Amino acid sequence: MAVIADWLVQGMQMALVLIVAPLLTGLVRKIKARLLRRQGPSLLQPYRDLHRLLRKEVVLADNASWLFRIAPYVVFTAIWVAAALVPTFATGLLFSWSADLIAIVALLGTARFFLALAGLDVGTSFGGIGSSREMMIASVAEPALLMAAFTLSLLAGTTQLSAIANFMLSQHVGLRISLGLVFVALLIAALAENARIPVDNPATHLELTMVHEAMVLEYSGRHLAMIEGAAFVKLLLYASLMACVFAPFGMAAAGDGPLAYLAGIAAYLVKLLLAAVVLAVFETSIAKMRVFRLPEFIGTALMLGLLGTLLLFVTRSL
Amino acid sequence: MHGLAFDVAHLLSGSLVLISLMLLYQDRLYSLLNIFAFHAVFLAFAVAWQAFIQGAPHLYVTAAIALAFKGIVIPVSLHRMVQRLGIHRQIETVVGIGPTMLFGICLVALSIMVMLPVTEQADALTQEDLAFALSVVLLGLLMMVTRRNAVSQIVGFMSLENGLILAAAGAKGMPLVVEISIAFSVLIALIVIGIFLFRIRERFDTVDVQVLDRFRGEQP
Repeated sequence: MAVIADWLVQGMQMALVLIVAPLLTGLVRKIKARLLRRQGPSLLQPYRDLHRLLRKEVVLADNASWLFRIAPYVVFTAIWVAAALVPTFATGLLFSWSADLIAIVALLGTARFFLALAGLDVGTSFGGIGSSREMMIASVAEPALLMAAFTLSLLAGTTQLSAIANFMLSQHVGLRISLGLVFVALLIAALAENARIPVDNPATHLELTMVHEAMVLEYSGRHLAMIEGAAFVKLLLYASLMACVFAPFGMAAAGDGPLAYLAGIAAYLVKLLLAAVVLAVFETSIAKMRVFRLPEFIGTALMLGLLGTLLLFVTRSL
Repeated sequence: MHGLAFDVAHLLSGSLVLISLMLLYQDRLYSLLNIFAFHAVFLAFAVAWQAFIQGAPHLYVTAAIALAFKGIVIPVSLHRMVQRLGIHRQIETVVGIGPTMLFGICLVALSIMVMLPVTEQADALTQEDLAFALSVVLLGLLMMVTRRNAVSQIVGFMSLENGLILAAAGAKGMPLVVEISIAFSVLIALIVIGIFLFRIRERFDTVDVQVLDRFRGEQP
């Protein structure tokens, strides 16, 4: 009986991230539009987009290989699994033993690898630009993410997200400058990985500046729906990662009743709302950077992660 | 050992190291001077916290001196100098910012790895304080090496001196007389350097110190 309940809760988590993800993106778009004094599309517009794309037929380039066709599904699956592993409303779920920070980074890396391959596959120039830029960003952002993971695991003594969240809730955390550094590093890495504004503009298809959109330019129909869905889920993943590590308040523990789970879901939705507001305000207040300045910007995240680990090393060894 | 006192000291001196790295990152003179003022303010906080946990009231005087002179007087006068020299444009760096930052991180790692084994007998607080102070000193030196503009070299020198004060505050029992005389010698150094800056500018029409190399005949 207990096993079935555990499966149910884990399934609920997987469904929750899938259902809420387009809503989060819609919310960010809506708030951004309102900040610019525009009406903005409805909150449900991302769902409608996905539905429309799923019904449309796929237009494939003549020279597209099998890789081009399976890449969207690989990308979506990897990101969905990663998002389902991050604790959202409860810690200690059935699969939380595998909810490892390094595993999540690896899943995201796999998704990015396949997307970059798909961008190169058809052989258009835009796909090539997009893939090479994406790899340039990833080659700095991914080490930054890993350094942040190392710092967190040095602090908590584990790389399991569920245990890290419990550790952050405990009184042993204290005042740590490394946590602040890692927070900023994670923020920058999240902006870079999600192709948000200082790095890439998610709202345009302006030829010279686009990164993510250039890679997926050749996709259509259900393939595009998969890729768009993956982008929605990825944004949610980073939001819940930050919430889980830096604000694990209100999360239900393992074996709490359904009421605790409901409270956890409510707390989680409030955190997402806050994240959406912060992201939208941040994005409206700054401009996009030149592509050649990006390594400097994301390099800051890498540097902060390194410094956080170093400073923590001092306290650990004393 | 890992109480609140240690954590706050770690936070403050850790932020000093972070601000030293931020100084390396700046490529405009005005923002460099602003960050330098920040550096001094955090130094004052760190020293004041040391005074509080060591129960050494004379360190409060050190903190006040750091706040007044290095946080306010020196940045303001440097601001004025930059304005009168008319050089509020970009700083040329010898190496690019990326390698410089990497080198800076390596220096922080080096000083931690050197300082922790050397000071093993001291208590944890002094140990981490000395390690961070050494890295602030090394980062100041790195700044003096990588910059060609005389004003940013001065800022590197002053931030190096901040590291020395941090070390002095961590090591218990530094007399107040030494403290005050150091503060005044730094002020005098500022005046001398300021005069030199204007002399250099008069002679060469620039404060780029590479011109000096050429003048000495070291470079064709």
